[in-house]
Amino acid sequence: MNALPAMLPETTTAGGFLLVLTLILPFVGVLAALTLGGRHARRVAMLAIPLGLVLSLAIVVEAVQTERTLVYLLGGWAPPLGIVLRADGLSAVMLLTTAVILLAVALFAHADFDTPPGTREARRPFMFWTLLLAMWGSLNAVFLAGDLFTLYVALELLGFAGVPLVCLDERAETLQAALRYLLFALLGSVLYMLGAVLLYGAYGTLDIALLAGLVRPEPAAFAAAALMTVGLLAKTALFPLHLWLPPAHAGAPAAASAVLSALAVKGSFFLVIRLWLDVMPGIITPAAGQLLAAFGAAAILVGNVVALRQKRLKMLIAYSTVAQIGYLFLMFPLAAGLSAMQLPNDPAVTGGLLQAVSHATAKAAMFMGAGLIYATLGHDRIADLAGVGRQLPMTLLAFALGGSALVGLPPAGGFLAKWLLLSAALTTGQWWWVVVMVAGGLLTSAYVFIVVMRALVAVDAENTPKMVVPRHREAVVLALASLSFLLGLAALLPVDIVQIGRPQPFAAGLP
Amino acid sequence: MNAPTLFGLCGAVLVGLGLYGLVVNPQPLRKILAFNLVGSGVFLLFGVVARRGAALGMGGDPVPQALVITGIVVAFSATALAVALVLRLHDLTGAATLAPADADEPPAQ
Amino acid sequence: MNLALLFDGMLVVLILAVAVWTVTVRDSFAAGIGYAVYGLLLALAWVRLAAVDAALTEAAIGGGLTSVLMIRATVRLRAGEAAARAATPGPLPRLLAALLGGSVAAGLALVVLALPDPAPTLAPQVAEHIATTGLGNAVTAVLLSFRAIDTLLEAVVLIYALIAVWTLTPDRFWGGRPGPKYETDPNGMLAYLARLLPPIGIVVAVYVLWVGADLPGGKFQAGTLLAAMWLLAIMAGLTEAPPISRRWLRGVLVAGTVVFLAIGFAGVPLAGAFLAYPEGFAKPLIVAIEAASMLSIAFTLALLVLGPPERSDQA
Repeated sequence: MNALPAMLPETTTAGGFLLVLTLILPFVGVLAALTLGGRHARRVAMLAIPLGLVLSLAIVVEAVQTERTLVYLLGGWAPPLGIVLRADGLSAVMLLTTAVILLAVALFAHADFDTPPGTREARRPFMFWTLLLAMWGSLNAVFLAGDLFTLYVALELLGFAGVPLVCLDERAETLQAALRYLLFALLGSVLYMLGAVLLYGAYGTLDIALLAGLVRPEPAAFAAAALMTVGLLAKTALFPLHLWLPPAHAGAPAAASAVLSALAVKGSFFLVIRLWLDVMPGIITPAAGQLLAAFGAAAILVGNVVALRQKRLKMLIAYSTVAQIGYLFLMFPLAAGLSAMQLPNDPAVTGGLLQAVSHATAKAAMFMGAGLIYATLGHDRIADLAGVGRQLPMTLLAFALGGSALVGLPPAGGFLAKWLLLSAALTTGQWWWVVVMVAGGLLTSAYVFIVVMRALVAVDAENTPKMVVPRHREAVVLALASLSFLLGLAALLPVDIVQIGRPQPFAAGLP
Repeated sequence: MNAPTLFGLCGAVLVGLGLYGLVVNPQPLRKILAFNLVGSGVFLLFGVVARRGAALGMGGDPVPQALVITGIVVAFSATALAVALVLRLHDLTGAATLAPADADEPPAQ
Repeated sequence: MNLALLFDGMLVVLILAVAVWTVTVRDSFAAGIGYAVYGLLLALAWVRLAAVDAALTEAAIGGGLTSVLMIRATVRLRAGEAAARAATPGPLPRLLAALLGGSVAAGLALVVLALPDPAPTLAPQVAEHIATTGLGNAVTAVLLSFRAIDTLLEAVVLIYALIAVWTLTPDRFWGGRPGPKYETDPNGMLAYLARLLPPIGIVVAVYVLWVGADLPGGKFQAGTLLAAMWLLAIMAGLTEAPPISRRWLRGVLVAGTVVFLAIGFAGVPLAGAFLAYPEGFAKPLIVAIEAASMLSIAFTLALLVLGPPERSDQA
C-alpha cells in the first residue's frame, strides 16, 4: 500500500545559496552573451568561468567542512511539493571537475575562436562561447537538481548545447553526426520521461530522496528503472548504443570535442549513478548490475579494438572514449556485490567516480592535443605523425601523460580508480571483471604507444607548420594532462569526498 | 474500465506505435514525427496519472498537468531543432538521409 | 457502459486511427497534415482528462506550431521524397519493429493497469498551500510557485533551442533574416486573414494570459497564440522577420527569463529564498513574470518555426 508522501523534513543548509549561484551563473552568462552579442560572448565566458570555479571550490570546501550534503529549498517549498537542489560529495566533485576542464578549454580555445577585427559578430566564435556557457549550465543543473523532472529538463539542455557544438563547422558529415546524436538524445529523453511518469504514477513524487524511501520491488518500479536506464545509456553512448559518438566527437572542433567527451557523456552517466545507487538501491537486482557491466565490458573490448584500427587521431580518441565509458559501468555490480556482503560500497563508488574524473581530464587534454597537432600538421593521420614530437614537445608529453592516465599507470587517477575497482572485484569474488580491466588496459596501452612512437619519429626535413601554435596553448594542455596524471594523489586526501552524503544502501537484490 | 484507464491504454499504444514508426521510416522527418507520437503518448500517460489523482474539487493532480505543459514545449523545441538540422543537411547535400557513417573515412577537415 | 465512456472510446479509436495513418502513409506531406489532425484530437482527449491547460497547450503547440513546422519541412523536402522512401526496410525488419512496438505497448498497458489505487497525488498539498500564491489556477501555481525552477529552466530550454537553430546558419547569412521572403497576393485570402486575425488573436492572447491566473490559461498558451499571429503576418507578406543580429530582438528573447531571475533573486532578501514570493505580493509578481515571459515565448517560438536565417540583412 503506497502511503501519500509527506513533506520531507529537509531544510536549506548553511552554504545552500552557493548551489543557487552555481546553477544560475552559467545561464546568466548565456543570456548576457546572447544579448551583448559579438565579441562580448568570449569576454562573458572568460569572466564567468573562473568565477564558477571559485563557486565550485567553495561548495567542495563547505561539503568537506560540514561533512553533509548541501541542500537548498527552491522557493522555500520542501519536496514533494517543491524542488530541492542538493550537492553531496559526488555532485561537488563533478561540479569542480567541470569548472576546471571548462577553464582549461576556455584558455585553449581563446585564440581559436576570436571574432575577426572589423566584424561585429561572427557565427562560429559567437556560437562557440555561447554554447560553452550553455553546456556548463546544463551540466551544473544535472549535478545539482534533486527532482527527476528537473533532471529531464537538464538533460534536454545538455542535448541542445551538445548537438550544435558537433556541427559548428557545418560540414555535411558533421551535420549528419549531429542529427544522429540528436535522435539518440531524444530517444533517451523520451524513455527517461516515460520512466519518470511511471514512478510518479506509483509513488506520487519525483524527488530523489523521497523516492528512495518509497520505491518497492514492483512492476512499475522495474519498468521505470529499465526505461530510464536504457534512455540514459543512449545518451551516455554505452555499447551497443554508441554508434553516434565517434563521428560526433571526432567531427567537432577540438575544443568542443574535449567538452563533449570529457563532460557531456558524464552528465547522463551521473544520472545512472543517481538512479541506481540513490533512487532504487534495493530494487535493482544483482543480475541487472552484471548485465549492465557486461555491456560495459563489450564497450571496453569493442571500443579499444576499433580504436586500434583507426587511421585518424581524432577518431582513435573518440573510440577510446567509447571504451573508457565501459569502465564506468563496472562500478555497479561491484557496488551491489559489496552491499550484498554487508560491506560499505565505498571502493566501488569512489573507483567509478575517480575513473570518470580521470577520464574527463585525460580525454580533454588528448582532444585538445589532437587539435594542436592538426593545426600544426594540417591533418591528423596517425601514419603521418612523424616529426610532430619535435614541433610540439609539450603536446606530445601531454598526450603521453593523458594516455598513461587512461591506461592506469601510477600515480594517475586511472590507476587509483582501477585499483579500487579491482580490489572490489576480488573482495566480491567477481574475478571476471579483473580479466576485463586488464585486457582493456593492455589494448589502451597499445594505441597510446603507437601514437606516441609515430610522433617521436624524427624527420630529416623539418616540416613547415601550417600554423605556429603558441606555447601557452600547449602549456594549458600539458597542465590538464599533468592534473589527470597526478589525480591518484587524491588518495592522500584526509577526507573521502565522495562519501559525503552517501546513504548506506540497503542490500541490493530481492531476499 | 473507466475513462482514465482507457486513455492510459491509448497512451501505451501510441508509444508502441511511435517506436514502430521510428524504426521503420527511413526519412528523418518521419522519424521526427514518430518521436512526437511517442512523446505525446508519454504525456497522455502522465495525464492519466494526473486524472487518477483527482481530489478536493480539482479535476486532476495539478503537478503532472503542469509537467505535461512544460514537456510539450520542450518537445516542440526539440522538434524545431531536429527539423532545422534535417533541412540544413538537405540544403548542403541535396538529400536528407541518415546513411550509416563510414568510420574510417576521413572527413575533409 | 455510459455515454461518456462510449464517447471516450470513440475518441480513442479515432486518435489511434489517425496515428496509424500518420505513421504508415507514403507521402510525408500527408503525414504532416495527419499530425495536425492528431494534435487537435489529442487536445480533445486532454479535455476529457480534465486537464484544460494541457489541452490548450497541445492544441496550440502540437496541433498548431509543430504541424506548421512539419508541413513546411515536408514541402521543402518533397523533391527527394521518392529516393528516401526507397530505403524502407523489408518485411522482416518491419515485423521485428512491430514486435518491439507491440511488446513495449503491452508492457506499458500492464503497468498502467497495475498502478496503485487509490492513486498517490499531490492535490491535497497543492490545495493546502495555494492560498499563499493568491492564484485560483492550481496548474499556474505549480508552474510559477511550487516548481518555479522547472518553468525557469524551460524558458532557458527555448533559448538554447533557438541558439542551436541559429548555429546552423550558413556563414554568409549570419545576422540575416530567417525564412524566405514571402510575397503573396495583397488582395488574396491569406493577406485578408492576416489582417483580420492578428488583432483578434492578440486580444485573445492577452485574455488567456490574464485569466490564466485563476482559470485555465497562462503564458505558454498566450505566447503560442501571439507567435502564430506573427507567423501569419510574416507568411502573408505583411511584415518581415527581423534580422537576428538586432539588439532589440535579442533583448526581447531574454526579457522573460531576466525578469524571472530578477524577481527570483529579489525573493532572497524579501521572502527568504530564491524563487520565493513575499507575503501578499505573490500574485502581482507572478503576473509580471508571466507577461514578460509571454512576449519572450512568442518571439522564441515563432523564430524556432522560421528556422535559421536564409537571407542576408539587406535581402
